[in-house]
Amino acid sequence: MSVMNMIQALNSAHHVMMERDPACVVLGEDIGYFGGVFRVTEHLQKKFGKERAFDSPISENGIVAIAVGMAAYGLRPIAEIQFADYIYPGFDQIVSEAAKMRYRSAGEWHLPMVIRSPYGGGIFGGQTHSQSPEALFTHIAGIKTVIPSNPYDAKGLLIAAIEDNDPVIFFEPKRIYNGPFDGYYERPVTPWAKHPAAEVPDGHYTVPLGKAAIVREGEAITILAYGTMVHVALATAAAEGVDAEVIDLRTLVPVDIETIEASVKKTGRCLILHEATRTSGFGAELSALVQERCFYNLEAPVARVTGWDTPYPHSMEWAYFPGPVRLGLALKKALED
Amino acid sequence: MTEASERPNRPALSLHVPEPPARPGDEIDFSHIEIPAAGSVRRPDSAVPASDTHELVYSLIRVLDDEGKAVGPWDPKLDPDTLRRILRDMMMVRTFDDRMYRAQRQGKTSFYMKSTGEEAVAVAGAHALDREDMCFPTYRQQGLLVARDYPLVQMMCQIYSNRGDPLKGRQLPIMYASNSHGFFTISGNLATQFPQAVGWAMASAISGDSRIASAYIGDGSTAEGDFHAACTFAGVYRAPVILNVVNNQWAISTFSGIAGGDLTTFAARAVGYGIAGLRVDGNDALAVYAATRWAADRARANLGPTLIEFFTYRVEGHSTSDDPSVYRPQNAGAGWPLGDPVARLRQHLVSLGEWDDERHLAQLDSLDAEVRAAQKEAEKMGTLQSDPYLDIASMFEGVFEELPWHLKEQQAQALAEAEAKRK
Repeated sequence: MSVMNMIQALNSAHHVMMERDPACVVLGEDIGYFGGVFRVTEHLQKKFGKERAFDSPISENGIVAIAVGMAAYGLRPIAEIQFADYIYPGFDQIVSEAAKMRYRSAGEWHLPMVIRSPYGGGIFGGQTHSQSPEALFTHIAGIKTVIPSNPYDAKGLLIAAIEDNDPVIFFEPKRIYNGPFDGYYERPVTPWAKHPAAEVPDGHYTVPLGKAAIVREGEAITILAYGTMVHVALATAAAEGVDAEVIDLRTLVPVDIETIEASVKKTGRCLILHEATRTSGFGAELSALVQERCFYNLEAPVARVTGWDTPYPHSMEWAYFPGPVRLGLALKKALED
Repeated sequence: MTEASERPNRPALSLHVPEPPARPGDEIDFSHIEIPAAGSVRRPDSAVPASDTHELVYSLIRVLDDEGKAVGPWDPKLDPDTLRRILRDMMMVRTFDDRMYRAQRQGKTSFYMKSTGEEAVAVAGAHALDREDMCFPTYRQQGLLVARDYPLVQMMCQIYSNRGDPLKGRQLPIMYASNSHGFFTISGNLATQFPQAVGWAMASAISGDSRIASAYIGDGSTAEGDFHAACTFAGVYRAPVILNVVNNQWAISTFSGIAGGDLTTFAARAVGYGIAGLRVDGNDALAVYAATRWAADRARANLGPTLIEFFTYRVEGHSTSDDPSVYRPQNAGAGWPLGDPVARLRQHLVSLGEWDDERHLAQLDSLDAEVRAAQKEAEKMGTLQSDPYLDIASMFEGVFEELPWHLKEQQAQALAEAEAKRK
């Protein structure tokens, strides 16, 4: 066991898997000698050589396509897209190629590949370093979408994603790389060290894909969240004195419907919290699922707390970010309805 | 927009939109095409620096002259059996194409694509590669499968989407996939396979393998970003890959000038990427073989990629959904100055005394019989019209390795729906 922040935990997952499986190779912009702009791939090149951890040209289209080809060959590529905002040039290769390969070739090829990418706001990254594009990927048949919220899960989920035989989009909430940011931006930053989930085994372990975690049990309302928003949910519920059950989805596709259903049937209320824009966000899918399965247990409409349907504005970051105030108001309303 | 009267006194700009030399009703004219004499292009060693190939990208490597003689340094000096095999495979592709085109017209399937006039590119290329090398084809390299003895019946079952379809009714006709035949699954999203081939080749290099990749792309889709990504990565990491541009001059109705083909050659793209480049008469099976072997030797020696432009002509329509007479002169392909690949190789074999008209006609008959027999066999397993692949439960399999809950639910719903339709 070591105390790790999320970057160290993700880095450890890479080291563990590259040690165990010579088929694992890592590519992406600045990931080699330098170790990545967020240091997630630090020392991989030094330890495993340039052939297994190397810098790529600035071509997300190429990075994804190359990873597809490598996985088709039989390697297990782990590709980094430096910011999720840059993933779009690779979108065709993800949507039309990676996601469809097993199906369209009737199993002649399958693609054990992971595309990792830091995503989300709260770092004053402006429009092009703050987006949360997860719903674009959850809409695509044939890929899994995973988002961790703490160091322990980050490592275990990344190892599970690498070992999975299908392509996985792995979004890392970069605002919580160094500490469990809870949306109270005016307060000093808390480091991971004080958090129980910062205790991370040094070796190999997995957190299974498709399984949510109940991070706080409660009776009054179910809050569905993932990534940074898990911490916003916990802090806001505590501040508002709401006995909320907070579920960290961890995997968006396939989503852990059993855990969601059991919780909403127990609490009778459901609020969905995500940082991404609202319209056609993953919250819309969650809302529909809850409505379809728990309609007769619901005592109030399913509520959504999200980012606004605007580009991510630089100077008005905290007016955009769905923080404790927005969530607190929505919680009150959901409990009064 | 500024009012014309307020604009500074400068000449008005206008946009250049390229046009092909001839449209329907015009006399077809290929006189602008420069064709160097067969045997006139030098052949550098396959280990030379890439820059030593760069003057070749503006020329045209040709081996077979007008009399069918193999001349010059690129003559691969193949034995008669190999030559006959290449001829046979090209003839098989043409026979197969004609048969399946007819099957589509008879309503037995939804779609077909012929490769008439371009058979040498895939067939001679396949014979110049090792059987274990991985090809990343477009939809017009069925010759690779024929050259690698993929069963005709399985090709037809795929085309028919019938009960024997190896791709379980999931793919558009002709989008074959066979790992064991080194034929990568075809995508309808053009150019995507080009950088994937580079990734496969890089993986082969990382793994210390000796296999190489061979990627195909059309002239039109070189305009995609994927082409640029492929050439960049291939060059940077010296990937053991052959990057084949099949310039058949037509992208559905759009002539190659719209992809920049009037400005320079497609082979000349190699210069900008600093990789080896060759420009080859794609209707000359010996030139195709020789250039492919040159590039394969180079790749296997860890000297990196070669971009090869195969200059050819799409003799027929883009697909069964296309009628080329509405955008180019009738029978445009008949006047193509580089001739027909089957006729040229036949002439060569005859000139060597290794082939004659009698054998040629007998081979045509036997190939036709073989294709008819395969068709009969395939149609026992149905056609798209009569008895297509219809295993509804299987529609949900293979999206992921394991069926997740939401697909299980939808599978049950689809099966219930099928049951309701039966009643």
